Amino acid sequence: MAFFIQNLVNGISLGSLYALLAIGYTMVYGILRLINFAHGDIFMLGAYLSFYVMTLTSLPWWLAFLIATILTGILGIVLERTAYAPLRQEARINVLISAIGASFLLENLAILVFGGRPQPFPVPEVLDRSIKVGQVSFNIIQVVIPIVTAVLLLVLHFVVNKTKTGMAMRALATDYEASDLMGININLIISVTFLIGSLLAAVGGILYACRYPQLLPLMGMMPGIKCFIAAVIGGIGNMTGAVVGGMILGMAEIMIVGFLPSLNDYRDGFAFIILILILIIKPTGLFGSTAKEKV
Amino acid sequence: MLKVNDLHISYGGIKAVRGLNMTIEDNKIVTLIGANGAGKSSTLRAIMGQVPKTSGQVLFGDQDITNLHTRDIVKEGIALVPEGRHVFPNLTVKENLILGGYTIQDQSAIAERLENAYELFPILKERSWQKAGTLSGGEQQMLAVARGLMIRPKLLMLDEPSLGLAPILINEIFEIIKTIHAQGNTILLIEQNAKKALEIADYAYVLETGSLALEGTGPELLHNEKVQAAYLGEQKS
Repeated sequence: MAFFIQNLVNGISLGSLYALLAIGYTMVYGILRLINFAHGDIFMLGAYLSFYVMTLTSLPWWLAFLIATILTGILGIVLERTAYAPLRQEARINVLISAIGASFLLENLAILVFGGRPQPFPVPEVLDRSIKVGQVSFNIIQVVIPIVTAVLLLVLHFVVNKTKTGMAMRALATDYEASDLMGININLIISVTFLIGSLLAAVGGILYACRYPQLLPLMGMMPGIKCFIAAVIGGIGNMTGAVVGGMILGMAEIMIVGFLPSLNDYRDGFAFIILILILIIKPTGLFGSTAKEKV
Repeated sequence: MLKVNDLHISYGGIKAVRGLNMTIEDNKIVTLIGANGAGKSSTLRAIMGQVPKTSGQVLFGDQDITNLHTRDIVKEGIALVPEGRHVFPNLTVKENLILGGYTIQDQSAIAERLENAYELFPILKERSWQKAGTLSGGEQQMLAVARGLMIRPKLLMLDEPSLGLAPILINEIFEIIKTIHAQGNTILLIEQNAKKALEIADYAYVLETGSLALEGTGPELLHNEKVQAAYLGEQKS
């Protein structure tokens, strides 16, 4: 029992991280029908920026995290403006290729600037303490991750469903031309979408670094791919789906490895198996739907 | 109110509209009729700044709106109810209407206009919390029109409002257009249903493969032999 709860705690914590990253994929896909391949690299930049803000300044860790998050959010907007916006009128495949290029560029730039060697991440002491409840032991960060995720999801839910900007985002996701006719500033709404997605990815990257305290220029690749899969499992374009997909993936990964330790070497493969199963059984994803035209 | 001077539109090498001149006066219903592909929708979308104009000029009142962004044209007071309704299916009826007033900052004005919309279309009030995608075709068309009216447009442009609707609903839509006109609105109407459009129009333009073929008052064109043969399906006896 204790073993199961231990894994449950680990699973929720990893699932929350995946959820944070998956939302960015799903939001951008919902609005631009674009898979932002560079999203995982934004996640990596969030982690590195927090490291540099923390070590180069004497700011308290939480302020450093906040600044790094905001900087990463701005980088997300810059990415969209430089790599995607100029191709807005082009065929979708061109933008997709630009996304792959942007991803490679960011990764190699990171190797050049940050160095290719793993960088230990100085986890703030408050987050690094370990607690034991009965037989279950966990790190403070493992509790912080789901709490931060839950709070951010509530804020996001409010923004998307209750504000005018959120309404415009949902409108833009279904009908570009009609949104234009409403007088919506489409470029602004797209920037806001990238900002939100990148902020969440940055928070995800920083929390990830606190949980697995090692920075690498390619650290965003695997989580990026997995969270894209999480978004597809949930039904890409659907935010609830992204959260549920992230949770399923994180949980499955921890549980399978926990109960079948001999499969540990294959842990990165489970996401793909789940992806294949979903694509066979329910290609639109758990929460995805196809719209029909009414007469 | 609106003046289109020598408008040309091309898609790639294909000329959709060549040298259109059109004037819409205050408080009139003006209709633009013509076969499929004659350039009617292109004209409306060019006025809204949604498709680029090759050349020509659009004047709205005294202002040149030829090169404005769509959202600025909306702010100037032109609303287009697009062909195929284009309501936001995953948003509620109320949210659709609120988005219609996206460019309006004043919250109380939006509340007031919501009430006006519900007065004009009581069915929308009943369904205000329903997703627009669950409405019937006719209800969606009403929603699209009501959404267009949210900015209190000086000019309301309707692109094929009767398309795909049952005959009884078509009559209802035309009654609504008359009501909106009677409230002092200026309307530019595109219709496949030329007979119905000409019956309510003060003035009409007939487009043929991108150029103006005919123009005149509604009754004039309704009795014009060429129009009858080409668009009203009536044979000379």
